[in-house]
Amino acid sequence: MSNMIRLRKGLDIKLKGKAEKIFSKEKLADTYAVKPTDFPGLTAKLIVKVGDTVKAGSPLFIDKYHPEVQYVSPVSGTVSEIRRGDRRKLLEVVVTPDAERVYEKFETPNLTKVAREEILELTLKSGTFPFLVQRPYGIVANPKDTPRDIFISGFDTAPLAPDIDFALTGEGDSFQAGIDALRKLTNGKVYLSLPDHVSATSIMKKAKGVEIYTFKGSHPAGNVGVQINNIAPINKGEIIWTITPQNVVALGRLFLQGIYNMSRLIAVVGSEVKKATYVKAIPGAALSSFSEYFIPESNARYISGNVLTGTALDKDGHIGFYSNQLTVIPEGDHYEFLGWAKPFRTKKFSFSRSYFSWLTPNKEYKLDTNLNGGERTFVVTGSYEKVLPMDIYPVHLIKAILAEDIDKMEQLGIYEVIEEDIALCEFIDPSKNEMQKILRDGINLMIKEMS
Amino acid sequence: MKPLRKLLDKMKPTFSKGGKLGAFHSTFDAFETFLFVPKTTTKVGSHIRDSIDLKRTMSVVILALVPALLFGMWNTGYQHFLSMGQEVTFWQNVWFGFLKMLPLIVVSYVVGLGIEFAFAQKRGHEVNEGFLVSGMLIPLIMPIDVPLWMVAIATAFAVIIGKEVFGGTGMNIFNPALLARAFVFFAYPSRISGDKVWIEGLSKGEGIIDGFSGATPLAIAGSGVGESAKSMGFDQFMDQLPSVQDLFMGFIPGSIGEVSKVAILLGAVILILTGIASWKIMVSGVVGVLATGLLLNWLAPDAAGESPNYYMMMPAYYHLLMGGFAFGIVFMATDPVSAAQTERGKWIYGLLIGVMVVIIRVFNPAYPEGTMLVILFANLMAPLIDYYVVEGNIKRRLKRVKKAVAKS
Repeated sequence: MSNMIRLRKGLDIKLKGKAEKIFSKEKLADTYAVKPTDFPGLTAKLIVKVGDTVKAGSPLFIDKYHPEVQYVSPVSGTVSEIRRGDRRKLLEVVVTPDAERVYEKFETPNLTKVAREEILELTLKSGTFPFLVQRPYGIVANPKDTPRDIFISGFDTAPLAPDIDFALTGEGDSFQAGIDALRKLTNGKVYLSLPDHVSATSIMKKAKGVEIYTFKGSHPAGNVGVQINNIAPINKGEIIWTITPQNVVALGRLFLQGIYNMSRLIAVVGSEVKKATYVKAIPGAALSSFSEYFIPESNARYISGNVLTGTALDKDGHIGFYSNQLTVIPEGDHYEFLGWAKPFRTKKFSFSRSYFSWLTPNKEYKLDTNLNGGERTFVVTGSYEKVLPMDIYPVHLIKAILAEDIDKMEQLGIYEVIEEDIALCEFIDPSKNEMQKILRDGINLMIKEMS
Repeated sequence: MKPLRKLLDKMKPTFSKGGKLGAFHSTFDAFETFLFVPKTTTKVGSHIRDSIDLKRTMSVVILALVPALLFGMWNTGYQHFLSMGQEVTFWQNVWFGFLKMLPLIVVSYVVGLGIEFAFAQKRGHEVNEGFLVSGMLIPLIMPIDVPLWMVAIATAFAVIIGKEVFGGTGMNIFNPALLARAFVFFAYPSRISGDKVWIEGLSKGEGIIDGFSGATPLAIAGSGVGESAKSMGFDQFMDQLPSVQDLFMGFIPGSIGEVSKVAILLGAVILILTGIASWKIMVSGVVGVLATGLLLNWLAPDAAGESPNYYMMMPAYYHLLMGGFAFGIVFMATDPVSAAQTERGKWIYGLLIGVMVVIIRVFNPAYPEGTMLVILFANLMAPLIDYYVVEGNIKRRLKRVKKAVAKS
């Protein structure tokens, strides 16, 4: 195949509790929530009050600086709670659902004839616009921009990630409709990346109007940022939009059925679930609605997303907007006597060959949340680059951010990466630096300086 | 290990902030985390973390040093009794070396760690593990007869001026252990050069058999130049040098850890297999030595001519076996903090060391050995090397922008 890219750098972390390819029916959760914290850099302006009734697709809050971008309720029901944090920061808008789902009805245009402006307007009005995440910065796109290209990663290589191909089963029409709409939003191309082992029957493989690239390699080969860097890197001043395949389907449903329907398969995985499986659900659903899959009263961490980049959820938390995965792993709040000195530690995983997990590449591990050491300054060199298949020096970039050197950050490629791309660097770091957080701080500084 | 854990938990409040001994928080923490991997969990970012930490990294390096350390002990005894003309057993050699080396190691660790702990305390940091390696390296690159107070001063100098003034481990420019040696070298040159200092008791000269020189191979090789060379042939010169086998095994006088190439090679294998040290630096260093050695062989003036230079004619691989190069390139040049930090930079950095070691050895009569100064020089050059490598990355990025602009 001509569009085949092989990535030799990276690392697959194999964890226990991979989802079996079966799925259970949707169960109505007690509550659903939309969380402004899922959208980095967003300043949300609330437009509902507790007690308001909403339909699926009715706006809950808007972007203060781009009021046309609406964030809508995924279900119909009553706004039951507004959760706020320190300094009244808006954390969650909680909706208690009706038994019967009522959708906000939108007019469906003819996709072959419709103009770009109409598509844009419909996505904004329907609350599907936040599906579009822009690079640089990994923030919700600006509707005033026209992106150079749109990129879709058709697979996820993160630990225990769902099989996207399986998750899209039977959604072929919606996926194609979504693609057709996206094609109108850019003057460039719509790129779709697939794994080398994709099945011949994959609906993504049959998609029309997209530029398909095939990737072979370990995580983070499935990260859209890595794919962009290897296909057509972002340059200063350029803007690229990205969207996940399941959100392409949801976008397609809007154009086919005129409704905001976020329903999708979510993988419930990890060593602390009874049986790892796929569950039909809606992002925003309460964690408690998945409790039947959990081992009761275990000292576990519930993560919306994967173990590298996900968000830890409280018991009364809700699945994140972009998450298609719920991972449950044990907490690691225990001491280990002379742990660092034990020669084997066969239950532990390491990228480093100072342990021996590299001898058993197919073994699945039950890893906990222990930091496995103390925070130090950067000491070792050379290993970080081995898990980042991009032409970027991650540690130099991180140090430029720590020094708040805007020019250096730009020169070293801050436009090309977001947290998920350097998550593995953070994972393997013997000095336990918070690289993802540092990078986001750097991006925020960039946004502030450039506006 | 429950009772120990309980004891620590009981002591913890005393050593925490506000406790009676709160001032020694870092010290307590260092010992606690040495005994137990702490129960800290991830708060932000990746929820799982690799099981490697700096303690593990540093202990692999120390493990890699053990063969050189053990051989150094035996050789200390062996060389000593050889100079006395006595025949003793293997264990007597080891025991003699052990008794001589133990004070050196203890002094280096006590002084170095003491200062590290004090600085960590002052800054409110956890104690960095970096000195665990430096503290072992310092005795290994000293002559056995060096006075303990000199080791103490040199260690203090290396840790304070070489490391802490820059902000501690990870921020230093020079390899601290080499800096300690350089300090002794320049402050007390008579104690670290010449023919007498490399064998225990030789400086005092009591009970030494007649005609025993104690000269290191490098000193012998240095005599093969100019006037002194005229009086002997090249073959005679080569005969004066220890045999390749002795050089490789390490039955020669020299700094404690540097003598046995077998032991160093074992350490190199450990470091390369675990990926803790960069094989690129080691390989390019060796290539640099061999290439320069071969070049000198080719350039060497005619042996029968006016001024023969046997040192230049010596087979290139002798440079790998003599002096401290092998030890330096495996254990000192690969220090990740003071070496080049980019992969391409590491090739250049290693090569620079290899080339310059041979040049200084052969052409600089003031310094029979160049490894120490060359690595310190390369440490100084490393940021510059990295700068150009990273600049290359920046230029590629800029070029891309220009291309994109031209296209649109």
